[in-house]
Amino acid sequence: MRTPLLLDIAADAAVDRIALGRRADGLSFDEYRARASQIATWLKSRGKANTAFLGMNGDAIPLLLFASGMAGMPFVPLNYRLADADLNKLVARTAPAVLIADDDMLGRIAPNDGVEIVARSDFEVEFMMGAAPRKAELDEAENDIAVLLFTSGTTGEPKAAVLRHAHLTSYVMSSVEFLGADEEEAALVSVPSYHIAGVSAILSSAYGGRRIVYLPAFTAEQWVATAAAEAITHAMVVPTMLDRILDVLAETGETLPALRALSYGGGKMPEPVIARALAMLPHVAFVNAYGLTETSSTIALLGAEDHRTAFASDDPQVRRRIASVGQPLPSVELEIRRDDGSCCAPGEHGEIHVRGEQVSGEYLHKKAIADDGWFATNDAGWLDEGGYLFVDGRLDDIIVRGGENISPGEIEDVLREFDDIADCAVLGIPCEKWGEKVVAAIVSRSGYPDTDAMAAAIRAKLRSTKTPEQWFIRSELPYNETGKLLRRVLKAELAETACAD
Amino acid sequence: MELKPGSRWKSAVCDAQIVVVRPPNSPGELQCGGSVVLAIDAAAGPTGNVDAAFSDGVVIGKRYVDEESGLEVLGAKAGKGSLAFGGRPLAVKGAKPLPASD
Repeated sequence: MRTPLLLDIAADAAVDRIALGRRADGLSFDEYRARASQIATWLKSRGKANTAFLGMNGDAIPLLLFASGMAGMPFVPLNYRLADADLNKLVARTAPAVLIADDDMLGRIAPNDGVEIVARSDFEVEFMMGAAPRKAELDEAENDIAVLLFTSGTTGEPKAAVLRHAHLTSYVMSSVEFLGADEEEAALVSVPSYHIAGVSAILSSAYGGRRIVYLPAFTAEQWVATAAAEAITHAMVVPTMLDRILDVLAETGETLPALRALSYGGGKMPEPVIARALAMLPHVAFVNAYGLTETSSTIALLGAEDHRTAFASDDPQVRRRIASVGQPLPSVELEIRRDDGSCCAPGEHGEIHVRGEQVSGEYLHKKAIADDGWFATNDAGWLDEGGYLFVDGRLDDIIVRGGENISPGEIEDVLREFDDIADCAVLGIPCEKWGEKVVAAIVSRSGYPDTDAMAAAIRAKLRSTKTPEQWFIRSELPYNETGKLLRRVLKAELAETACAD
Repeated sequence: MELKPGSRWKSAVCDAQIVVVRPPNSPGELQCGGSVVLAIDAAAGPTGNVDAAFSDGVVIGKRYVDEESGLEVLGAKAGKGSLAFGGRPLAVKGAKPLPASD
């Protein structure tokens, strides 16, 4: 099943309903599909593999997403917040591509033979203005990749997560009711296009029949003003956004009477913020959603009823569920596993694993999913007796030394450039002075590693704070049966000796 | 007829339209209102009558399943006829809608 089908059946059943933009002058579902089909015809004529996009939120994004699906070209939204050098590395990785970029971002893009750059203003004049075009007839496309999303790169070079049409359509069709929205409903989208929630909002809204209104970029003032003016009924925000929105509501006295549901995710929500939100917006249903790029968005959610029950409860076991992400969706299986792969008991912390049709668990040129379909999220967490999921955060890859986040991957990469290094792992070990200190466990081919030279290389290529303070020479590093380095085992082992001195 | 996931069909006797969500594990005919469905782009419009034995209707947004073959379809447009696979009436799949999360 392909993503354009979601728009196609909605456009056939709700022809005149407004799909994008303001109620007064927005784009109908029929026009949405027709314009996307014309864009698809143009994209195909460029003879490139991918559709890249660099820019602020707006109606061009959903049009390009569906058009790319119709044309059989993966849609690759890029993060405009990256530094120019990092951005251009990603631009090069999209080649051969058509890149539609905001006019004021064009100057940031380095010329690249494989990338045809189109100014967004030119694109919008050509495809988004004037009378609605006819729907173009297109052959069913073959490429089954719908979207490529670059991960944030906190653990090294950004990886391109692959989302196939089958993953995204399965997610939408199992979690959204077809045309389940009434004509009054409108979603305010303020998450950027390069975030999975920005992609899933487009697909869920099209299939559900809900109008989308975009904020070009988030500011709390604009969010509140738009939500009030457009009678927004639904929105998704990340925790920091919600806190600022509540400040603006308090300052302006706006009550957002049309708002029905607010979902939040993408990080841990401080309890005082959600308590304040529930008190200030008593008519709104709050939903906490947990998901990853690699799982096509939401895999667990805490619904409105759960929020109320938890807040009203005297039972500490129930009360603390306000800090959980609720229960897994009925369409996904979820387990907490120990390092050895066995399942954790309720209350026991381990790694969150998921399986389901929406789970891609795949990067370009690298599958990260097990043969039996289970995907290790690299998030730590636990389930309570009632099956509510609590997420602890990313597994301990990141070293926090004196407040600085250090990614072991880039240090390990420098070490691997030494021929004498057969294997290596860089870890953070608790220490009183820095919180954590950087240590390296290495397997040397010669048995006499030149750690001074290695330290010098890291200092030169990275930073002195990233230079290991202690070196452990090992005959081998611990792995599990699926070839995954047991970092936590190693860390616990090293912590004892490292902290002794 | 190849009932591939994502394939679209329309009733030969009423306004119903259907999308295949999960294919059946054995070949067979999808029927609506007692008659075999047509491909969505077939030129013919609905003619004839809905068989009274298959007249419970198709509701937009509802899922219909045939447990025996695993076939699952989505009602994409409403109609008076009801669905069957090889003569076996499809059952409405009861699913509680989830709250919007994105």
